[in-house]
Amino acid sequence: MSTPTVVRVWESEFAVYRKIWHSHVLLAFVQPLLYLVGMGLGVGALIDVNTDSSASLDGLAYFEFLAPALLATTAMISAGQASLWQVLDGFFWGNRYRAMAATPLTPNDVASGLTLWHATRTLIGVAGVAAVLVLFDDTRSWGLLLAVPAAVLTGLAFALPITAWSSTRYGGGSFPTIIRFGLLPMFLFGGAFFPITELPGWLQPVAYVTPLWHGIELCRGAVIDSVSAGNVAVHLAVLGAYIFTGWAACRIMFARRLAP
Amino acid sequence: MAAAAGFTIADRNGRGAVGVGPVRSIDVPNAVITARDLRKEFGDFVAVDGIDFDVAPGESFGFLGPNGAGKTSTMRMIGCVSPITSGTLRIFDLDPERDGSAIRARMGVVPQADQLDSELTVVENLIIYGRYFDIPRAECRRRAAELLEFVQLAERATERVDPLSGGMKRRLTIARSLMSEPDLLLLDEPTTGLDPQARHILWDRLYRLKQRGVTLVLTTHYMDEAEQLCDRLVVMDGGRIVAEGSPRGLIEQHATREVLELRLHRDTVGDVAGQADRDAAALATIDGIGDRQEVLPDRVLIYAHDGEAALAEVHGRGVEPVGSLVRRSSLEDVFLRLTGRTLVD
Repeated sequence: MSTPTVVRVWESEFAVYRKIWHSHVLLAFVQPLLYLVGMGLGVGALIDVNTDSSASLDGLAYFEFLAPALLATTAMISAGQASLWQVLDGFFWGNRYRAMAATPLTPNDVASGLTLWHATRTLIGVAGVAAVLVLFDDTRSWGLLLAVPAAVLTGLAFALPITAWSSTRYGGGSFPTIIRFGLLPMFLFGGAFFPITELPGWLQPVAYVTPLWHGIELCRGAVIDSVSAGNVAVHLAVLGAYIFTGWAACRIMFARRLAP
Repeated sequence: MAAAAGFTIADRNGRGAVGVGPVRSIDVPNAVITARDLRKEFGDFVAVDGIDFDVAPGESFGFLGPNGAGKTSTMRMIGCVSPITSGTLRIFDLDPERDGSAIRARMGVVPQADQLDSELTVVENLIIYGRYFDIPRAECRRRAAELLEFVQLAERATERVDPLSGGMKRRLTIARSLMSEPDLLLLDEPTTGLDPQARHILWDRLYRLKQRGVTLVLTTHYMDEAEQLCDRLVVMDGGRIVAEGSPRGLIEQHATREVLELRLHRDTVGDVAGQADRDAAALATIDGIGDRQEVLPDRVLIYAHDGEAALAEVHGRGVEPVGSLVRRSSLEDVFLRLTGRTLVD
């Protein structure tokens, strides 16, 4: 009974993760907590006195509006961290993916194993956020059990396309740009801190094509039980498209890089 | 098997020395690797330009050549991590394109640059690598302990990899490549960048592996390394094999027994043209001494059976070089003869 090849790759990623798990988990736990207290409770106190604002938040308190979205944003940030320098390192500096390719493992096995690992790592980070949400009465919900897998899908929708990009690079020069002009604007304007209906009209379609907005809608809908089945299907389809395209690109790029 | 061993012995006796004409394939029974008209192209660039070779079981086979000769491209094709462009390549009588995983399962690879996981400890590096081959964890631990003894790193087992010296990392990389107990070990420039002591330790370990029957295939641009380790080698240049034989056989075929190295002048500052004239005059005077002469920018090599006699002849003709050295011919001389260039520029 042989171990599936993806699991062998996963084991290797996990062995390295065990050395640094504290910083990842701490970040996943502490960062959302700070946003929840600072923005959710602090800024929320100012927002909630205005009845108009409550209407534009679908009748939610600001804290309830923000909290579930942090599952998706944390998934995005955690996935971004794991898909840039860490992936380049596997091909370029530390060359651990090259080492794997010299064994019975194929480039496909490496790409698929890494996908499994991305899902695991995102799950660990998102579970940290979920633990924070359980602490507060307003967000303690069985819906979290659905929101967590939705957030993992959101993470993969970022991790796989970014991993495919990183696997074509010979340096990390483009990575800060991806963070500053890709991930950070999505974090700020992707529907986590305010509804995207508040965005200028021309900017709203941009939000519709980003994976983050779909992830946020799923997580928020699950926690406060407010999303229609039709919308769930659309959100899942968009995330699925990012995941599938990213995965297919990873397989092609890994083969090019590891077996030229 | 007996035939293969017989071949190797015949080879040690200088089989290469009797070969004439272009280097063609050598048919080895039960060959571990067989390559015929093997080519590798990257776009317009031809890295390997149609080479033929066989590697016998238990043999230690080397690719010698300067940077860019096509050694690493060849090694990557043998390692089944680079598809061949054309020709035939069989390893363990399997096809790398179809059976890459099965071939790699029986092969150890020591890459040019260490690919160790710097976050992990020495022993963890071995265990994780063993797991790629699906060796059970307990067995991985057993083999890791044994291999760390073998490469003299047992006392560093639980330390992180980062602070290890270059030689230690190389030894750990070799230990890692042995986790799967391979029949064939590929080593791409195994001692490049190591100090002399570290190189000798490594050579000693590789020699022991060879004694255990592991087939070694290595690339190097060090002549001493090739002479130390290889039963048989091919000299590559510009993607082609330009000579093939045992180290001694190649030297006997392509060089004389001894070489006289002459330094005609000290480094001159200023009067460069005048020095060039004096050198030309000296070269004209010593012309014809020895079997052959090779003029390099800083010295003249005179190939002769008896180097001391050649030096006496130089003095006899009234030329007083500022420095002279008589040494035995090496593979460097073979390479110079075959390509007109030195190996390490």
